[in-house]
Amino acid sequence: MKHTLTPQRYLILLAVMLTASVGDTLLSHGMTQVGPVTLAHLGMLLVALRNPWIITGILCLLGFFASYLTALSWADLTFVLPSTAFGYVVVALLSKFWLHETITLYRWVGILLIVCGVGFVANGPSLTEHKPQHASGEAAPADEGVVTGRAQ
Amino acid sequence: MILASQMPAVHIYAGPIETWATILTVAATAVAGDVLTAGAMRRIGDLDLVRAKSGLGGAVRAVTSSPMFLLGVLCMAVSFFSLLFTVSNVAVSLAAPASASLTFLGNAFAAKIFLKENVDRRRWLAALFVFAGVFLLAK
Repeated sequence: MKHTLTPQRYLILLAVMLTASVGDTLLSHGMTQVGPVTLAHLGMLLVALRNPWIITGILCLLGFFASYLTALSWADLTFVLPSTAFGYVVVALLSKFWLHETITLYRWVGILLIVCGVGFVANGPSLTEHKPQHASGEAAPADEGVVTGRAQ
Repeated sequence: MILASQMPAVHIYAGPIETWATILTVAATAVAGDVLTAGAMRRIGDLDLVRAKSGLGGAVRAVTSSPMFLLGVLCMAVSFFSLLFTVSNVAVSLAAPASASLTFLGNAFAAKIFLKENVDRRRWLAALFVFAGVFLLAK
């Protein structure tokens, strides 16, 4: 059985990336409007929950979790995590161009490394297919796991 | 993902042993959460197929009724609160990148050992590049 990544599945991976990074950025933007929350002022959390940026951020993060679980149902964890790490780059770029934060040389190098890391898995197989158990009930050795489904 | 700007700023820092113990706790619980949820999703099967057969409600029920999934979410919650505890005792500039990077690397090991994933050279390289990249990005 082949496990190919269809365009719809690429869209799910894109959703994992974008919803996480946009959600974090929206939360960050909303919290700057709400102000600091301390133990003495926990009621500020309720105020935060009425902020439209925070609400949208939470909805984005719920979307992230749903799409992340969907991706894990048809791809390996070691495929999903690096390929969606591009979201860190999106956060950095959103921070620079929307929140006007500074991106240091360290961060640009970090962005470059993540892009390279994503490139390694993006062109590779998405799922390890394990051989079915033998009739005697003896499980196939772990090392016999075959990686299938080359991303196209 | 948590941005450093969302974390409380406290300037009393722990010693090296407590620092790394709390960072390792964050990473270990995050890895446990990721591996348990991934294992649960593998057992449940392709959610696209589940949804086609039982509808969206059936897919949600299949996921939320899995004890392994619930345990994974619990581990993620523990990791989140451990991170909050850590950044109140350890410099954010160390805690955030170190825990995020260690989580990436730990996931590669844990996926190979517990999920029997075939982590070939390409995936090790990806994990190492993202490990270094996340560390520098969050620095």
